Amino acid sequence: MKASNNPTRDVDKGRRRGRFALLAFLGMMFLIVALPLTGYLMVGETAAQAQQGAVNPLSELWRGARQANEGYTAVTAPQANILITDSGQNWRQVRNGPLATYGAWLMILALVALAALFLLRGRVDIDEGPSGMTVERWTRSDRILHWYTAVLFILLAITGLSLLYGRAVLMPVMGSEAFASYAQAAIYVHNYLGLFFAIGLVLMVLKWLRVNIPKGHDLSWFLSGGGMLKGKHPHAGFVNAGEKLLFWTLAVAGLAILITGVILLFPQLGQSREVMQVSLVVHAAASILVITFIFGHIYLATVAMKGSMAGMVGGRVDVNWARQHHDLWAKELEEKGVRPEPAPARPEKEAPEEPRPAAS
Amino acid sequence: MAKMKFLCDAERCIECNGCVTACKNVNEVPWGINRRRVVTLNDGVPGEKSISVACMHCTDAPCAAVCPVDCFYTTADGVVLHDKDLCIGCGYCFYACPFGAPQYPSPQERAFAVRGKMDKCTFCAGGPEEPGSQAEFEKYGANRVAEGKLPACAEMCATKALLAGDGDVLADIYRKRVLRRAGRPQTWGWEKAYGADV
Repeated sequence: MKASNNPTRDVDKGRRRGRFALLAFLGMMFLIVALPLTGYLMVGETAAQAQQGAVNPLSELWRGARQANEGYTAVTAPQANILITDSGQNWRQVRNGPLATYGAWLMILALVALAALFLLRGRVDIDEGPSGMTVERWTRSDRILHWYTAVLFILLAITGLSLLYGRAVLMPVMGSEAFASYAQAAIYVHNYLGLFFAIGLVLMVLKWLRVNIPKGHDLSWFLSGGGMLKGKHPHAGFVNAGEKLLFWTLAVAGLAILITGVILLFPQLGQSREVMQVSLVVHAAASILVITFIFGHIYLATVAMKGSMAGMVGGRVDVNWARQHHDLWAKELEEKGVRPEPAPARPEKEAPEEPRPAAS
Repeated sequence: MAKMKFLCDAERCIECNGCVTACKNVNEVPWGINRRRVVTLNDGVPGEKSISVACMHCTDAPCAAVCPVDCFYTTADGVVLHDKDLCIGCGYCFYACPFGAPQYPSPQERAFAVRGKMDKCTFCAGGPEEPGSQAEFEKYGANRVAEGKLPACAEMCATKALLAGDGDVLADIYRKRVLRRAGRPQTWGWEKAYGADV
């Protein structure tokens, strides 16, 4: 009865059961395929996390320490709160490497070039011979300033080069004890005389600034090699273009030497190690450049040109020398009506050669 | 051949400064000079770490490379020492050292860069004078290594954070510690001091 009464319900029941079985089957199939795939999902997530820089926080701390991050320390020495600084290694590489190597080569090659030049050209005489009549070139204050600065320069150059190259050049010869006591004296001489040299350098630059302003004829002076290569002497005023180049090198590099020197001399100003490392490299590089220029300056003033030294020793130069080397200045003097005077009665003496800083 | 090294275990160092005090006491280090110091990174922040640092006695020591008078030498044990009779107080070792080890008589920062003879950790191995002599003690402090002892700082360390001795032995001790606590090794400063392959 019941069954015949509800035939539709039975059919519904059978359909529902069939549908449920199908859904269950499909669900199971889905899970069978999908569940293992969740493994990929998790792996993918962790890989993504690692890529996003989720690192051990401690390794960040040590990376910071290696990059000179500051910490706290009870010790009150300068920069004691820094664990590791890398800049010192860089400084070591630059100082012991390119600075010392190229610096030495620059100075050696300059000396070799000057020697070669001397062999080629020898001493340049005054073409028309000394006239016996002189004009004033450098005043007494000019000469005092020049020799004051020159003597200090030579002392500073020798002591400075001893600190850079002494270990390689002097120590094998002198022995470590003798060299160390010399180096101790050298560092005191260098540190205390440095400021006196700075005073001389600044005064010199200021005093001779006006005559060293570059002019048009300076270019042709350079093009003819200052008259060393071609026979005819190019035009030059009171100072020639080569002397102007020396002046401006001294002014610019000298200023760098002065500033970096003060930085190194007064550590109590609170500058960091890094600043002092850079200063020392600049100080040495600029000094080597100036020393190289001074090699040329000493050569030209003493050995190369007859009659040049007299200007800085006695202050007066021969008229014929002036006409040959500084024609524009000689003309200017004539126009001004400056009358040459006879040279002092004392016999013509060779100007004493000043000591030349050794390349050691 | 033994290579003497320092190793400071940052998981153990508690910034007590006992090593600094022990060093000053044993070596009678002058006023104003600390051959050893403790630096705390992230001080006051959770996860702060403290490290005791002095001269690490580097394998390729930068101080020795830049010294104008070549006053540094490395002993057979791999300890970097210097000769105060030769030192001219130029400060170059202070510029070059990655660890800030070289010290100068107080006040350290004087005009005309007069620094005096450099002073630094000797690994309690004295200096070039006769071992155990008065002259050695006055210039360089104690020579505990000559007596068969290790540096005072490490021996005094209450938590055994600071280790001193042969590098291989230290590495073994440290490896066991790391395995036990399943952490990551932090051989602090070794790469800098002894090269990449240690």
